[in-house]
Amino acid sequence: MTAPDPAVGRAVATADVLVVGGGLHGCSAALHCARNGLSVIVVEKDTVGRHASGVNAGGVRRLGRAIAEIPLSLAAMEIWHRIADLVDDDCGFRPAPQIKVAETDTQMQALADRAAMLRDLGYAHETVLDRDELFRLLPAVSQHCVGGLASLGDGFADPYRTTAAFRRKAERLGVRVLEGCAALGVEVRQGGFRLRTAGGPLDGGILVNCGGAWAGAIAAQLGEPVPVEPIAPMMLVTSRLPPFCRAVVGAAGRPLSFKQMDNGTVVIGGGRRGTIDAGGNATRLRLGELAKTARTASEIFPIVGRAEIVRGWAGIEGRMPDDLPVIGPSSTTDGAYHAFGFSAHGFQLGPVVGSALADLIVGRRPDLPLAPFRIGRFSASIASTAPGGAPPPTDRCV
Amino acid sequence: MDSTDLAIIGAGPAGLAAAATVAGTGASVVLLDEQPLPGGQIYRGVEMVQMLRPKTFGFFGPEFAAGADLAKALRGSAVDYRPGSVVWDVSPDLVLHYSRDGRSRGLAARHVLIASGALERPVPIPGWTLPGVMTVGALQILLKADALVPRVPAVLAGAGPLLLLLAVQYLRAGAPPTAIVETVPKDAYRRSARHLPQALRGWRSLLKGRGWMRELARAGVPWYRGCTGLRVEGGDRAEALAFDHDGGRRRIAADVIALHQGVVPNTQLTRLVGCAHDWDSGQRCFRPRLDAWQASTVEGIWVAGDGGGIAGAKAAEWQGRLAGLAIAGRLGRLDERDRDRQAAPLRTALARELAVRPLLDALYHPSPEVLCPADDVIVCRCEEVTAGRVREAVRLGCPGPNQAKSFLRCGMGPCQGRLCGLTVTEIIARERGLDPAEIGSYRIRPPLKPLPLAELAALDDEAEAPV
Amino acid sequence: MFRRTSDAIRPAGISIHFEGRPIVAQAGDSLAAALLIEDVGAFRSTPVSGAPRAPYCMMGVCFECLVEVDGVPNQQACMVQVRDGMQVRRQRGPAGMDGNG
Repeated sequence: MTAPDPAVGRAVATADVLVVGGGLHGCSAALHCARNGLSVIVVEKDTVGRHASGVNAGGVRRLGRAIAEIPLSLAAMEIWHRIADLVDDDCGFRPAPQIKVAETDTQMQALADRAAMLRDLGYAHETVLDRDELFRLLPAVSQHCVGGLASLGDGFADPYRTTAAFRRKAERLGVRVLEGCAALGVEVRQGGFRLRTAGGPLDGGILVNCGGAWAGAIAAQLGEPVPVEPIAPMMLVTSRLPPFCRAVVGAAGRPLSFKQMDNGTVVIGGGRRGTIDAGGNATRLRLGELAKTARTASEIFPIVGRAEIVRGWAGIEGRMPDDLPVIGPSSTTDGAYHAFGFSAHGFQLGPVVGSALADLIVGRRPDLPLAPFRIGRFSASIASTAPGGAPPPTDRCV
Repeated sequence: MDSTDLAIIGAGPAGLAAAATVAGTGASVVLLDEQPLPGGQIYRGVEMVQMLRPKTFGFFGPEFAAGADLAKALRGSAVDYRPGSVVWDVSPDLVLHYSRDGRSRGLAARHVLIASGALERPVPIPGWTLPGVMTVGALQILLKADALVPRVPAVLAGAGPLLLLLAVQYLRAGAPPTAIVETVPKDAYRRSARHLPQALRGWRSLLKGRGWMRELARAGVPWYRGCTGLRVEGGDRAEALAFDHDGGRRRIAADVIALHQGVVPNTQLTRLVGCAHDWDSGQRCFRPRLDAWQASTVEGIWVAGDGGGIAGAKAAEWQGRLAGLAIAGRLGRLDERDRDRQAAPLRTALARELAVRPLLDALYHPSPEVLCPADDVIVCRCEEVTAGRVREAVRLGCPGPNQAKSFLRCGMGPCQGRLCGLTVTEIIARERGLDPAEIGSYRIRPPLKPLPLAELAALDDEAEAPV
Repeated sequence: MFRRTSDAIRPAGISIHFEGRPIVAQAGDSLAAALLIEDVGAFRSTPVSGAPRAPYCMMGVCFECLVEVDGVPNQQACMVQVRDGMQVRRQRGPAGMDGNG
């Protein structure tokens, strides 16, 4: 599977599919492509699951999804409930209700309106909780809460374990994963792509861009620049507490994601952001923002006020201006596909997006509506905000 | 937010010496320390001991008395000393957050000196988690700060000068150990002899060591050399130490069992701030990369004392003064000529202290069974993760400590990896056939010590986030 | 398992309670020292397996000496000074939020 490359004078590894990015989406795409009989190489600049995929809050959530994402999310949920069938590991998945708590009557009304709207669209997974139902599901929630919106058949999982399980299963199906192998540039060639990487050139017929926060550089090289913004959502974890909460909890009026793991620790996030170092590959916490997260958590669950925070962290994620991911074929280049910009809610979608990409790649029509996620939706805004067209080329893109 | 020219973390010999040096030039100095009294671990409670327990003060000797002088200098200085302060974040732009009396505060500094000293190297052997098993350092602290000695003679096991020092101190305190179980291989003395000529420059330390050995021999303390296969036996608490010696298995009953395999730099702070670290293959630990003035690779962050590499209390003091001179210079309080003139004798003294280290490092190299324990031995005490599970995680694709942590929760308990970090690095390095330098260590994140959630939430009022 | 040295100071004793049992300690003692001299055995049991633990490092590093002091869990006994009337309990498993370990 190698041929000499006259330009660089060394062997070029080849595969049917080259995947850029060893996060959950990259590993899932690789796994599903391999299941379809394709040979795959995944290149990852750090280690698999190093950024958002490995360190996110682990919510497996249909609740509160943008309307466009609901079909994907419902399909993904089906897979999550039997995730071991796909990757031979339960990924730490635990079924649990996802609940968004209302602290005021106004918030409660907004939640009820959303539930009604979803019902009109034919979705029944989100249900309104009155105050009694809320306290039955969340005995430890603060007395001031008035109700909530729940998706009872959701859950949570262990993000690093999940990403590692996808990777291992992909490797068992023959996928090669190259860690510490940054993609440096892509060249469109007759019948495929040449990817320049830190580990040497790779040739492939298909290119899949799952570069997360770094995916914009690949897109730009394909002539379709997109405004993907690197963000660093912050999280906290406490020491182990006795069990007091069996649901994953958010708040209607302020950023919060709150859950107690089986081991008793409580993981608290919600989207408040840390900063990203100048090098673009490491994060710092912003304590003032993190303090707000801690305050929200202790106001909604007073029981955690005396818990001890053992660790705070932030992983780097790519966000799109409309908070919807980019999923689907390139608008400029045959054989190139994208799945990135999940805007801090891509974990649950991981198992299904890879499957949809594999469908597209082998020429099957995916049974999920992907049109809202097409990359072309930003072409007008990019053109108007950046008269020069593509952003300046970068040497190191993923 | 509060601000200062220099914030020093740690009131041991390095921190105290630096504080006196810099405050003496008129610059503002805030000294933050977790303990209620100055002295660090080596001079723990030195003021109280000097004042109230003259007998103990006497047998601790002149080395301990040096701590009293440093503490006295602090009391007479303009240093803003804040005991009982737990630093839980230091940002690269030199903003500290610390907890004191149940409340967290910020402190902006122009320079930060990290003088957070050493930790005992973890000693993962079977049974090391049982009540009654403690580090040699812990027993010294109980002796210094609380005037406690074992009721029933203790077993002291492992390798290193501190092990012998504690034995001598117990002897003098009227509580001789029941045995010393030394893990130094019998050929280590021969193998380390090549470092002897250089070590002779630090002849005082060598003589001191000889003196201890004679004192222990005269007292007839049983001393088992070249021991392996150490195992603490017991149900709910330690009952005995078992080990292999001279081809036979021995068992010594004791309810206090001291373990020691040397000390290693406490690098939690320097790793949090993002200083570059190097693997020290002699001391089997990571140490921050420092220049000749104790500056780290992060602008404004300085390191003195054992936290920068193990060299002992006197070296810590000289390094603290060197760093102090350099910082005073950077603050415009000392011109270059004065700085260099005052530094010259410190460098000579420091070189003398360091001369003996290669011999000690070679002689007291940690025992292999501690660096890479057997599969059933607990490595992460907090989360009860065994060496075998770390090895399994490597086989499942975890390339380093951070992935093992995500996989197994090792290092995610309240000690935040302080007691398993080095062992996990060594195990993964061995499994993957790589050098620990390539494996790296746990990434450190705030809070540096567990922090009540309510205390962080209360910071929201102040909204003083470094950006 | 421990006793005081012959030249230990004897300031006025202060009274604390461990698991409801009165203990005489001395002002200036760390809580860990006061409990070690009383030979209380385990200070805590782990949240993972319930294994007994007691002080290991005595310098605030190992978190093995966690106890509940006056209803507040996760207190490092080696870092806390004894205070008259202090109510101390073993920390059993995951730190209780309700004052009973």
